Amino acid sequence: MKDIRDVIIIGSGPAGLTAAIYTARANMSPLVIEGEPSSTSDQPGGQLMLTTDVENFPGFPDGIMGPELMSNFRAQASRFGAEFVTAKVTDVDFSERPFTINVGDTSYQAKTAIISTGAQSLMLGLPNEERLIGHGLSTCATCDGFFFRDQEIAVVGGGDSAVEEATFLTRFASKVYLVHRRDELRASKIMCERALENPKIEILWNSQVVEIQGDEKLSGVVLQDTVTEDTRVLDIDGLFIAIGHRPNTDLFKGHLRLKDNGYLETQPNTSYTEVPGVFACGDVQDDYYRQAITAAGSGCMAAIDAERWLEDQNS
Amino acid sequence: MAEGITDLDMNSFDETIGSSDTPVLVDFWAEWCGPCKMIAPILEEIAVEQENIKIAKVNVDDSPDLARRYEIMSIPALIVFENGEPAKKLIGAKPKGALLEEIGEFL
Repeated sequence: MKDIRDVIIIGSGPAGLTAAIYTARANMSPLVIEGEPSSTSDQPGGQLMLTTDVENFPGFPDGIMGPELMSNFRAQASRFGAEFVTAKVTDVDFSERPFTINVGDTSYQAKTAIISTGAQSLMLGLPNEERLIGHGLSTCATCDGFFFRDQEIAVVGGGDSAVEEATFLTRFASKVYLVHRRDELRASKIMCERALENPKIEILWNSQVVEIQGDEKLSGVVLQDTVTEDTRVLDIDGLFIAIGHRPNTDLFKGHLRLKDNGYLETQPNTSYTEVPGVFACGDVQDDYYRQAITAAGSGCMAAIDAERWLEDQNS
Repeated sequence: MAEGITDLDMNSFDETIGSSDTPVLVDFWAEWCGPCKMIAPILEEIAVEQENIKIAKVNVDDSPDLARRYEIMSIPALIVFENGEPAKKLIGAKPKGALLEEIGEFL
């Protein structure tokens, strides 16, 4: 019989790594299946791996770079003995205990599971989109902004990440259009003020991208006015997409209850899912706050919930 | 500096790439790129494990001319050079297995 772990943590953003720190310090020897490298937010470390300055994480008065913050989280979990597998979980079986978590041909077993798979960026779903990634179309402003020095680019979206990216990209681009389908931004007030005051940013209200143009590389987009339905071509060299996220819950369909919007359902004020011994934390179950600090807080909750649940089973 | 990985810049690039008798995989990267950091240890492993390909790195902050020459618009970007010419370009961070598969023809 293979060894059965006290806890396996799936996902390694602020929620998963905080759960790792707490369960490691509770002598539960956590195994963290952290995901695999990619240029989207679906990677070890999660969404913060694609951000620059994190200005709202308490404890860093001068801000900290997203990747550095996540590297610190990981080092802190390692220090207390958390182990890591750099791979993606391929399927799970929570129907009997111990739970089974498979990574390709390798099978792991655990008495408790903590799910912290986070959320990933949505794409527009238009033809040409996939093909032009890396050729003018980007999902990572921090990775690619540098290559658009003195060029005209556009950011699609109206939430915090879109406004933050647009502001960041003015360091390089000569002009940044912010394409938003409504007539007001959803982003926080401080972010909106920065964008509205920035002379390089022009907000195109009530506009949506209906076509992406370009052969070898992106050359422009067709915009449609959401009120009048008129269309026009906007010539740009770069297009950055920040239209929101969807929870990474495909793996758990049929195994755990999902809410109508696809997020994992947890019992109010706890990290308990409908399956005893399986806990969820971070953005995979949070459709409201979605902050690094709330993810970290819920990771701590999941660790304590798992530890106490396991104690109750053993007593 | 990892064993087996050469840092290249504008001065050393052409000579190193041109004189190599094996394919060279060049990783265009930067300090501020999170996904670049994720694949760095994978490239270090490949450098040690694979004898038929050399691995080199170009910091795009230090060598923007090289990034421009090879039309880099997104990093990490990996270009395999064969006989001094770009033979394959890969964009974005990938897990080790997928990366080895993509460069399989050069190993």
